[in-house]
Amino acid sequence: MTKEEILAQGGSKVNARPKLLLDATMHYCPGCSHGVVHKLVAEVIEELGMENNAIGVAPVGCAVFAYNYIDIDWIEAAHGRAPAVATAAARLNPDAVVFTYQGDGDLAAIGTCETIHACNRGENLTIIFINNGIYGMTGGQMAPTTLEGMKTSTTPYGRRVDLNGYPLNITNLVKELDGTCYVTRQSVHTPAAVRKAKAAIRQAFINTREKRGTSFVEIVSTCNSGWKMSPEKANKWMEENMFPKYVPGEIKNTVKNND
Amino acid sequence: MKEQKEVKLMKGNEAVAHAAIRYGVDGYFGYPITPQSEVLETLEELRPWETTGMVVLQSESEVAAINMVYGGASTGKAVMTSSSSPGVSLMMEGISYIAAGQLPTLIINVMRGGPGLGTIQPSQSDYFQATKGGGHGDYHLIVLAPASVQDMADFVGLGFDLAFKYRTPAMILSDGIIGQMMEKVVLPEPRPRRTDAEIAEQCPWAVTGKRGRKHRNVSTTLELESKTMEENNLRLQQVYAEIERNEVRFEEYMTDDADYLFVAFGCMSRICKKSIQQARERGIKVGLLRPITLWPFPYEAIAKLAPRMKGILVAEMNAGQMIEDVRLAVEGAVPVCHFGRNGGIVPNPGEVVDSLINQFHIHD
Repeated sequence: MTKEEILAQGGSKVNARPKLLLDATMHYCPGCSHGVVHKLVAEVIEELGMENNAIGVAPVGCAVFAYNYIDIDWIEAAHGRAPAVATAAARLNPDAVVFTYQGDGDLAAIGTCETIHACNRGENLTIIFINNGIYGMTGGQMAPTTLEGMKTSTTPYGRRVDLNGYPLNITNLVKELDGTCYVTRQSVHTPAAVRKAKAAIRQAFINTREKRGTSFVEIVSTCNSGWKMSPEKANKWMEENMFPKYVPGEIKNTVKNND
Repeated sequence: MKEQKEVKLMKGNEAVAHAAIRYGVDGYFGYPITPQSEVLETLEELRPWETTGMVVLQSESEVAAINMVYGGASTGKAVMTSSSSPGVSLMMEGISYIAAGQLPTLIINVMRGGPGLGTIQPSQSDYFQATKGGGHGDYHLIVLAPASVQDMADFVGLGFDLAFKYRTPAMILSDGIIGQMMEKVVLPEPRPRRTDAEIAEQCPWAVTGKRGRKHRNVSTTLELESKTMEENNLRLQQVYAEIERNEVRFEEYMTDDADYLFVAFGCMSRICKKSIQQARERGIKVGLLRPITLWPFPYEAIAKLAPRMKGILVAEMNAGQMIEDVRLAVEGAVPVCHFGRNGGIVPNPGEVVDSLINQFHIHD
């Protein structure tokens, strides 16, 4: 497909800067997926004209400063509690489009209870879930999503399921909950993947605008600093090791005739 | 013609629910725990979402409840929760965030005996937790101590008014007796919930979505620059100093001719009023100072009364918590003793009088 064909279909340039992305130096490591996902979220909010009613809820973790990068109103939640914070913000402000942006430690370890129950109640939210299988902010400790055998600073000899349990596939779990209307798993490591991820985020935000329940978008991501790999090698490692466990693609979609 | 006020008979917990709807509260988020579950139950029964539009939600835990309060309050809405001691312990992280974020909220603790899972019987053993922080960091809550069902109803409005005036969380520190007992109560006049326009005007900091604003609002408590974080702390301390100057509330009872003074709060102050009657029948002149605000604490009022007394008995349903603040106020001017029962035991008035007589060697 040529650039013109993609743009004609409503797609946007992969490398244009969205207006809502603030002119701030991001604190993310070179090669990190967060920057790309931030850009997609900013683009979607802008394209859907939600800059005046979007409320973002930031996590504790690497994306703790997400509120410094996208020009909308934000609430910074305590570790793991973003879905509870967002629940109240959404219920008390029915005209707002509320979303959380959370990492794997935040969403699938300390915040599992809030995640499950917000999804089960079908709160009118979008949950963006960055899964890189590691705690980035605190220096590369084991996450609930850390793969078996994967080395982290708290599993220096590799994750052992007899000691640490199994990698938690929380996205497959929330799929089973009746409150979720849309559950998908994406990545942002190639231009094609970026486009698909953007379409997924866009669908989620539309669902929230239309009050369809909880939309859950997992982005399988790299943490080249935590994984101690070059960005290029991290992308390859993700494809070879993360994707077999966290298979990209649409998982649940109860919405007929999207948009 | 004299206006007839409607008098109702209800539990303290029920009065809180009615008062919340009438005050125009926007949201209640809570989790069941004895002895305060009637707050949530009454709200669910009254279905205020059909009348005032108030949101009522039973959360999955007290941790979720307080973070819902944090999220709701961040949007400028009048939001509250209630719980009892173990549940309030779970909320402490969230309360610290709410204080740091300068978010007006109301938290109600209908205390039961601890520590641990403890008992479902009434107690006053969360005084330290409520008045000295409880959560991490340098912060205070405005703490109101009701002594009647009427107070339970009135302090909902008072708590929110103070919370919004100073942009700080307020707590009603009640107990299982006040929550569970039925008394006559006159409920506050109903008033409408604030409109979104009023919230935008009164709470320019509220996270509502930008709604055409040039600047964006961010509710956060994170600041990695130590210099700025110290400034944030000093700003909080200035607010606390202003609250200490303006909002100390207390009640004095029969102190004019008293030789001895009881200091007691909440349900214990009610018991002490009966003890005073019994003591006076035995020729011992006792008065009462009842702190209504536990923070800010009425240090000055106690310091002023102390020199006129032969002794002060601090009566609490705990092992001795408020007595530390009384001793700070008295600064050794007169002896200060403690009477306490723990574990859910509610003392009778005579026990308190006996304790006064024994500890101060009074021969009647």
